[in-house]
Amino acid sequence: MAEKGLKDYKAPKKLDAYRLLEVFTASDGRMSILVVLLGFLAGTIIVLAVGRNPGNMFAALMQAMTGWDLTRGVWNIRYVGEWLALSTPLILTGLSMGFAARAGLFNIGAEGQYIVGLTIAQFGALYLPQIPVLHVVLCVLLAAMGAAIWGGIVGWLKARFNASEVVATIMLNYVAFYLSRWVTMAIPGANTYKTPNLPQSAQLDAGFLQLFTNGSNLNYGFFIALLSVLAYWWIMERTRLGFSLRATGLNRDAAQASGINANRSAVVSMAVAGAFAGLAGAVVALGSFNFGRVLSGLDNYGFSGIAVALVGNSTGMGIGLSGLLFGLLASGQPLMQSRGIPKEITLIISGLVVVFVSLRAGVRMFIAWRRRLSVAAAEALDA
Amino acid sequence: MRDLILIAPSVLMMAAPILIAAMGGLVSERSGVSNIALEGLMGIGAFTAASAHYFMEAPLGSGSVWLALLFAAIAGMAVSLIHAFASVSLGADQVISGTGINLLSIGVPVFLAQIIFRMERTQPFRIGMMPGIGGVYPTAYIALAVVLGTWYVLYKRPFGLRLRACGEHPQAAAGAGINVARMRYIAVMASGALSGLAGACLVLTQTIQYTQNTINGAGFIALAAVSFGRWSPKGVTAASLLFGTAVALAIYMVNVESLRVLPPEFFSVLPYLITLATLVAFSGKDWAPKAIGKPFDKGRS
Repeated sequence: MAEKGLKDYKAPKKLDAYRLLEVFTASDGRMSILVVLLGFLAGTIIVLAVGRNPGNMFAALMQAMTGWDLTRGVWNIRYVGEWLALSTPLILTGLSMGFAARAGLFNIGAEGQYIVGLTIAQFGALYLPQIPVLHVVLCVLLAAMGAAIWGGIVGWLKARFNASEVVATIMLNYVAFYLSRWVTMAIPGANTYKTPNLPQSAQLDAGFLQLFTNGSNLNYGFFIALLSVLAYWWIMERTRLGFSLRATGLNRDAAQASGINANRSAVVSMAVAGAFAGLAGAVVALGSFNFGRVLSGLDNYGFSGIAVALVGNSTGMGIGLSGLLFGLLASGQPLMQSRGIPKEITLIISGLVVVFVSLRAGVRMFIAWRRRLSVAAAEALDA
Repeated sequence: MRDLILIAPSVLMMAAPILIAAMGGLVSERSGVSNIALEGLMGIGAFTAASAHYFMEAPLGSGSVWLALLFAAIAGMAVSLIHAFASVSLGADQVISGTGINLLSIGVPVFLAQIIFRMERTQPFRIGMMPGIGGVYPTAYIALAVVLGTWYVLYKRPFGLRLRACGEHPQAAAGAGINVARMRYIAVMASGALSGLAGACLVLTQTIQYTQNTINGAGFIALAAVSFGRWSPKGVTAASLLFGTAVALAIYMVNVESLRVLPPEFFSVLPYLITLATLVAFSGKDWAPKAIGKPFDKGRS
């Protein structure tokens, strides 16, 4: 009876704060928009609280997105290129996190898989034969494969030993970090922070993109990200593999009972997740630097990818869009700093967005509770 | 062997913060709330202590260090309230809210440092904590007190029994009249305070200012110690000491003749590899608290 009442109940059309909340929480997409708006609102309040002008923050973001410098009235398309270039690794690590999440696994290990990809790409660049085109393609593929194995190990540990993927991926992040330092410093001619220069044939630089974007850092990596978004969507929504992964994520036991091998799902989803993160590593290594790096700290692309996937609701399209949003925050950093806004405000906004995402279960609970309350009131009136 | 005794004070210096944070993680996880935010909470504590000590050092002298420790614990506790609210009151995914705090703690300290000190780290303080007899820092004694206190409260007091019950079978605990939400709030806030304290101990003994790389994985090592120590105070203490030794060796091995053949990364990577190995080796029996990571819902049985 109560169930029926709940279904038939129509919220009043009056526009009030509660009604607004209900509209925003009706779909995952709107929920993400709400969460992002809240993040920016909180960021604005924080900037105000420390006595800076939040208008500068938005002017910086505006310039990062369109290239227009409102304060000086100059237009430079290079900023658009930088925005897209910085979004590239974020989209890829977001896909990594999202792919595992759809199969019910929490991949905190994109950071480590990214490092593995980056390291392998650097090695490939230095040691593979320098054949034009083929060289860079091989480097990228090897990076994705190596990172896929790195991620697949976690899936295998989960399937075979029921080891927590959260703990395992956190451990493997640091294993990857220290191993990367170790092997990269062993390259002849490497010092404690860089290797010899990478050959031109291994770089992702695209002359025409640089021409169009006034010498920005935009490179072929952006197309890798676009193709990856498409591949992600296709695997998830159009293949049997994607279906079985999603089924495992929604209800492992039910999937197992209907003939899906849940253990295989765990290994495959973590391996594909690793491959996406590995691509991110390759794109950064071969697109943004002309020397191999001995990492001195984590780049944090993997951790930001968690935020990207959460806001993108782990759908291909959603991750692409939210990757662009977080890329915008990242590319706005130096512009904010030069306008007197500490650039870390973007990290705070990202962190707050993730906190708000974790709170949204609570917002839904609140809505359901309000609805039950009004239904009960309506029934009491009827009686 | 003589070499090892020589670096013993350094080992204690490295192990103390790990041990304190791991005890925080232990308390939270035994109550049923996983806490991967130890790393971030340590960062908040380290920043608070480094800034507070910089300002209080001149007027207060040697008492400043202790006040800085206190402020760090309070700051850690305050930030952990976010985690408690999300995971206990709202039944949110605990890994997500922990990740949120970790992300926040990358930004917040440096943001505040830019506002307060106009640079991307805190202004260095002149003198940190002074070592006592035999070059052992007081943080080692703080860690000892935290371990004994945690063990006593968790295993010798009715309160501890109730807290552990919330992590094993919250429905049964609630049935016995225990306020599960309240217990979990207390546990998460205790872990926040201890992590903040740990971060302060780290920054006041091992460096002279807070930078973005100050914590550099110490919180994740503490998390590993909780898991490797199988959620018991004794085990976690042993694990923290072992991991602390590995971390110290990675830095001080240049002084130890017989170890120079290995790269320092070998020791840096050990804590993580050992923890991974134990995930596999002890996979048959699940040592983790039964209800860990699951929000408590009164209506379910």
